[in-house]
Amino acid sequence: MGLDKLRNLYQAVILDHANHPRNKHKLTNPTTTMTVHNPTCGDTINLQVQVKNNRLADIAFTGSGCSISQASASMMTEAVKGKSTQEAQQMAKTFSDMAIGKYHYQKDLKKLGDAQVLINIMQFPARIKCATISWWALERALAKEDQTGEQRSK
Amino acid sequence: MSNPWRDDFPILKQRVNDERLAYLDNAATSQKPQAVIDTVTHFYEHDNANVHRGVHTLAERSTSRYEEARRKVQQFIHAQRSDEIIFTKGCTDSLNLVTSTYGNQVIHAGDEIVITIMEHHSNLIPWQQLAKQKGAKLKYIDIDENGQLKMDQAARLITDRTKIVAVTHISNVLGTVNPIQQLAAIAHQHHAVIVVDGAQAVAHLPVNVQELGADFYAFSGHKMLSPTGIGVLYGRHNLLAKMTPYQYGGEMIAEVHQQESTWAEPPFRFEAGTQNIAGAIGLGAAIDYLNQVGMDKIQHHEQEMVKDLLPRIVKMPGVTVYGPHDADKHTGVIAFNIDGIHPHDVATALDMDGVAVRAGHHCAQPLMERLGVPATVRASLAFYNDQQDIDQLLAAIQDTKEFFKHGTR
Repeated sequence: MGLDKLRNLYQAVILDHANHPRNKHKLTNPTTTMTVHNPTCGDTINLQVQVKNNRLADIAFTGSGCSISQASASMMTEAVKGKSTQEAQQMAKTFSDMAIGKYHYQKDLKKLGDAQVLINIMQFPARIKCATISWWALERALAKEDQTGEQRSK
Repeated sequence: MSNPWRDDFPILKQRVNDERLAYLDNAATSQKPQAVIDTVTHFYEHDNANVHRGVHTLAERSTSRYEEARRKVQQFIHAQRSDEIIFTKGCTDSLNLVTSTYGNQVIHAGDEIVITIMEHHSNLIPWQQLAKQKGAKLKYIDIDENGQLKMDQAARLITDRTKIVAVTHISNVLGTVNPIQQLAAIAHQHHAVIVVDGAQAVAHLPVNVQELGADFYAFSGHKMLSPTGIGVLYGRHNLLAKMTPYQYGGEMIAEVHQQESTWAEPPFRFEAGTQNIAGAIGLGAAIDYLNQVGMDKIQHHEQEMVKDLLPRIVKMPGVTVYGPHDADKHTGVIAFNIDGIHPHDVATALDMDGVAVRAGHHCAQPLMERLGVPATVRASLAFYNDQQDIDQLLAAIQDTKEFFKHGTR
């Protein structure tokens, strides 16, 4: 049956994150909030980060979307929480390289934690955006944080 | 429900993801029969030349085939004259043509344009932007709980201030057929014109623009067995004759001087530059094919499939079907959702079973908002679908439900 192939994409860990997303709530005092949409399917991710001393002290998301986008957002928040903003940016780059099949180092991939299982998304080109949307939100949130952070320190 | 036509479509013979292909994304685009593919190939191998401006043999051949295609379209939609048929690059282009010529000429501040909540973005955004530019008002006819237009509201919304009523013939989400004749009568009482988006209709039921009372009727070739990049705008001759050009360039002129120019008569006034000649000839071949099958027979066969599919899918636990649940009021466009599974996950799962459907907002975001859903799955039939396609879809939906139910434990 064709659905056996589905297990390549929807592995148990992904379905677990999709059905029990971690860090899916609002932060009480975020330093930056970022909302991104996927116009082709209407998915939305609202990402909140709290940066302290260049570290992601806390991160959370709300929004709606398919199980891939929800699971990816959940795994992303788990992977980057507590990391320095620089590390988080590097991880976002590793993830997008992985998703489009670009070369990446194994050791970088390991850092992604659960999120690395989404490597199979490559076999489903129409769904790559679903997996990358939360990482894209993170990149944009960190870029915005850089700007506002600089202003705050002025 | 055996199907003598399926074999005419070479693409349907392949396997997808190791499964028999059940192509149920016909509302997005139709597949092409061998006859259309051969006609386009033959044109490029034997007749290709630019139209209307050459005197050599090939130019004459391609011109006569291009104009023959125009007459085929005229007869197919029962227009009074062949110069009421304008070739465009698709339905979106046709609707933008009406908006930026006729719409731009007649709409002034304070005027009203009436459309419906079920419009595809292509029959919505052009009017929305025109209304914004001109300071006109854009009003929406709502739907009832069965997904059908509220006609009492339509009668109230369309007034003497209304200059244009723009409505889809068949909804690309709900599968409802709108009462165009009735809407045209109301529009005409108030001296407004009616623009009909026929994208989801022309390949599925016989269309007679004169009987419908349509002043403009727009559609795409690719949803009716033709190549992409060819479309049609029908416009009543007395309206076209007064309209300003859409684009400027070659072919659309009468005389050009250094400081001023005059325009060709319709339809050429609206066909600037070299058109999609092969596309138009392909459209002509598609019309020949559709006529050979018979539009009545096509409508009947599709309705028989809806009568089988609709009650079965409506009955599935955990499945919500949008639009009317009465098969007599529903065409072969069937939008649905499965409880707790996002439409994109459903579409990926169905694809693994060889079933091609669409998931998303179907370029109808205001309608999605009205229905209170971010997106839906959509299965859409064509006459070359058969019982096996329907059974395959329903089995794949069942598989999908089970996969995601068990996967979560």
